[in-house]
Amino acid sequence: MEPQSCVNIHKEWDIVGARQLGREMAKNLGFGTVDQARIATAVSELARNIYLYAEQGQVCFEIIDSIERRGLCMMAIDSGPGIADIGQVMQDGFTTSGGLGAGLPGVKRLMDEFDIRSEVGEGTKIIATKWIR
Amino acid sequence: MRIPILKLHNYLLISIQTEIDDQTAIQFQEDLLDKIHKSGASGVVIDLTSVEIIDSFIAKVLGDVVSMSDLMGAKVVLTGIQPAVAMTLIDLGIHLKNVPTALDLEQGLIKLQQELGV
Repeated sequence: MEPQSCVNIHKEWDIVGARQLGREMAKNLGFGTVDQARIATAVSELARNIYLYAEQGQVCFEIIDSIERRGLCMMAIDSGPGIADIGQVMQDGFTTSGGLGAGLPGVKRLMDEFDIRSEVGEGTKIIATKWIR
Repeated sequence: MRIPILKLHNYLLISIQTEIDDQTAIQFQEDLLDKIHKSGASGVVIDLTSVEIIDSFIAKVLGDVVSMSDLMGAKVVLTGIQPAVAMTLIDLGIHLKNVPTALDLEQGLIKLQQELGV
């Protein structure tokens, strides 16, 4: 992935900035209003995870425009504490922050492709893509 | 950023028209409970017609404010949730069960009158 735009996440308002950029890019690419909302919500969840658990990181976007298909890819990277048990955080209802526990499994459902890599003490990298139908 | 809370007879009316960040949401929760306490309002309508995104945090704050107001004795109805927002919330796995909703402000006020038995 070669990110075209990135938002640094280190204060709470950056969550809003990231989801506004995500929505704007989705809109310009030609996503419908429902998919725009899905993408903006997914960005919001990923950016909030960075803010809550890693304190700082980045959310980056890349437009994928190939002959076969077009879409928007987002990448959330941090060098926070990492996730020891990815299986656990991908379970519905699991939360360590007192939230609704909708976070990562929710993002996976909102997007078409979802990949998570994490090393304890190194950080977390999540890549998610939505294709234009 | 503060969300304005209007008083109409026995009701409080709120129309959320801005992009809500976490701090604004928390502030709104406090402001609304305070206003219920001071005004003695028995019903509240929160209109979400202009809200384009509700993520898990905002959903939690909204769900909580309904329960909190209920504890104080005021009924809250959420109105005007957009189709895209409803679809996204269900995808996220957020069902907001036990939260009274209505299509628009008008239906919301009717629902409040029914719930309060006026």
